[in-house]
Amino acid sequence: MQAMTSMVATPEPVSGTTSSAPRDRTLLLMLPSLAMLIFLFLVPLALFFVHTFMEFDGTTAEFIEQARDLLLSQAYLTALGTTNWISLIVTATVLLIGYPIAYYLTTAAGIGVSVVVLSIVLPYFTSIIVRTFSWMVLLGEHGLVNDVLLAMGLTKAPLSLMYNRLGVLIGMSYVLLPYMVLTLYAAMRSIDPLLLRAAAGLGAGGFYTFRRVYFPLSLPGVLSGALIVYILSIGFFITPALMGGQHDIMIAMLIDRALEVAVDWPSAALMSATLLLVTLALYAIYYRITDIRRLIGAR
Amino acid sequence: MGPEPREGQLDMVQVDTVLAERSPAAEAEPALPAPIAAGRGAIELRALTKRYGDETVVDAIAASIAPGEFFSLLGPSGSGKTTTLMMVAGFVRPDSGTILVDGEDIAAVPPQKRGFGMVFQNYAIFPHLNVFENIAFPLRARRWAKDAIRDRVTWALELVQLSRFTDRDARQLSGGQQQRVALARAIVFHPQVVLMDEPLGALDKNLRFEMQVEIKEIQQRLGMTVLYVTHDQEEAMSMSDRIAIMNHGRIYQVGPPGEVYERPANPFVGRFLGEANLIEGTIMAEASEVARLRLPSGQELRAPRNNSCVAGRGMLFIRPERVAIAPGAAASGDFDVNALAGNVRRCSFLGNILRYAVDFEGTAPITVDLQNAAGVAALPVGAPVVLRWPVSDSLILPGEA
Repeated sequence: MQAMTSMVATPEPVSGTTSSAPRDRTLLLMLPSLAMLIFLFLVPLALFFVHTFMEFDGTTAEFIEQARDLLLSQAYLTALGTTNWISLIVTATVLLIGYPIAYYLTTAAGIGVSVVVLSIVLPYFTSIIVRTFSWMVLLGEHGLVNDVLLAMGLTKAPLSLMYNRLGVLIGMSYVLLPYMVLTLYAAMRSIDPLLLRAAAGLGAGGFYTFRRVYFPLSLPGVLSGALIVYILSIGFFITPALMGGQHDIMIAMLIDRALEVAVDWPSAALMSATLLLVTLALYAIYYRITDIRRLIGAR
Repeated sequence: MGPEPREGQLDMVQVDTVLAERSPAAEAEPALPAPIAAGRGAIELRALTKRYGDETVVDAIAASIAPGEFFSLLGPSGSGKTTTLMMVAGFVRPDSGTILVDGEDIAAVPPQKRGFGMVFQNYAIFPHLNVFENIAFPLRARRWAKDAIRDRVTWALELVQLSRFTDRDARQLSGGQQQRVALARAIVFHPQVVLMDEPLGALDKNLRFEMQVEIKEIQQRLGMTVLYVTHDQEEAMSMSDRIAIMNHGRIYQVGPPGEVYERPANPFVGRFLGEANLIEGTIMAEASEVARLRLPSGQELRAPRNNSCVAGRGMLFIRPERVAIAPGAAASGDFDVNALAGNVRRCSFLGNILRYAVDFEGTAPITVDLQNAAGVAALPVGAPVVLRWPVSDSLILPGEA
């Protein structure tokens, strides 16, 4: 009896080792992109931090003190507050606009979907600077929006739609909308339409079904979309730089000033490092709640 | 405005019920309505039609379902049975025809206002709600008071024997348990009519039988009308008061299980409800109820004829279990018994029965089922046998168009 069971048990480990071999080979396919990322992105980034911090001549205590002074400076704290506030509002705006669009995409079919997808994706083939400038054409004091409003007699004087907080919000929301829409779309597409039918069949009206069934089931997408938009927002540079006013200094712009204007590399590196840390921390959360493989439709 | 994934939802639910408690009973449903009123829940379908493009999926069907009746729509896939159910539920708009519930046309009533309980093919359990909340869903949607909800859900959980699983995550349940949750959810608000769309289709055979018994018992206890869609003829026969057999968007026959099984209206019904022998031949015109069918071999069989039979091509219908098989070569029928002589082609052992295929000149093999009782010995292949069956057990049906 015992001899028999041990004989039966032996083949199992063999099958375990054979199945992992092809997987190792497919990993090789990632080698070029991995090499590019490492040598063109990670290595320069590391060098930047190492160099700037190594070049600092002074004791560790001095370094910590300087770092504390910088990170507690009025300019930095204000930029931090502005960055977070703008990012929050942009995230909320993009969510409110993106949710109905994503819902439409999951339910509609045919030409409507193509039109919406095209108008969301197509602008992304042009550069972000071009897109920001086109908003400036629209929103300027003598831009299209103001011209129309004036012509219709809705306002007496041109509205300030740009070079202020509003301009930043409009520009950033526009640029970040697709990230939200596509993330939500992926989450909503995985909601079984039969559940909505079941809710109706069991006596729930449209709004109740949305509140108790659809929205809770779309929450993972809402969280993922909000996080990715927020992560991208806090590092934003071009749009707030071009469309913002004097008081709309975000962290990335502060870093730019430290480099370009003050030529203060240690400060720039320190601020970059903190921004990177926050981004990575948020990304860690994003990674935990989002099944990225499912998001891109992989099985 | 959005709730948090889990805890937040519970909070919101509580706010809901508090609101419901405060509001006067005028717009809310009564806390515990009387059990299903007797004599309500009648459904009538009149010339109900649905087309998708050029295809007529449901073709002017009519049916009258009595209050408290267990009525099944049985048919192969694509026969229009699910479309019919979805029209009754309100998810599919009929192209023409009427659906009356207790004499009232419900065409303008949206699904959520029709007040039917529903069990769906894949259960459609809400994955983000636990067992209790799934079953409470129809009650919360109707703004019931908190206490009434707890009482009623407890009652429903007991009815389907799931009391131990109240707080279980819906995704952790087995198929059979999910099915029970779906059933409890459909009946928890005491609907007069419950619609079921292949509810047992995803279960394995033993569990399916258990659930058939359970559903039937609950239906009888509560006295509700059930409109049940299935493609499984055994399921339909074991549960239904009446069965409507559907094919190509039409109802081919309606009747109690025994009647449709024993007296099919046409060859399709005969074949669909289980094993059937359909022996082709020519109907010899005869005035009396019993007609003669001439086989290609020249032999004649006698059987009562179906109303729609006229002279011409026809088929003799006989169930395999009604045919007696005995060794022998000479077939001699008499006035009440048909007899045919043939040879054993094959014998299959199916456990409780032995299934013979018997070759007979000029027809397809005839299937004979023999109870696997004590002392029954299998006949060898090729052995000459005589088949006999009472004339009254067979039926002459019109040939297939």
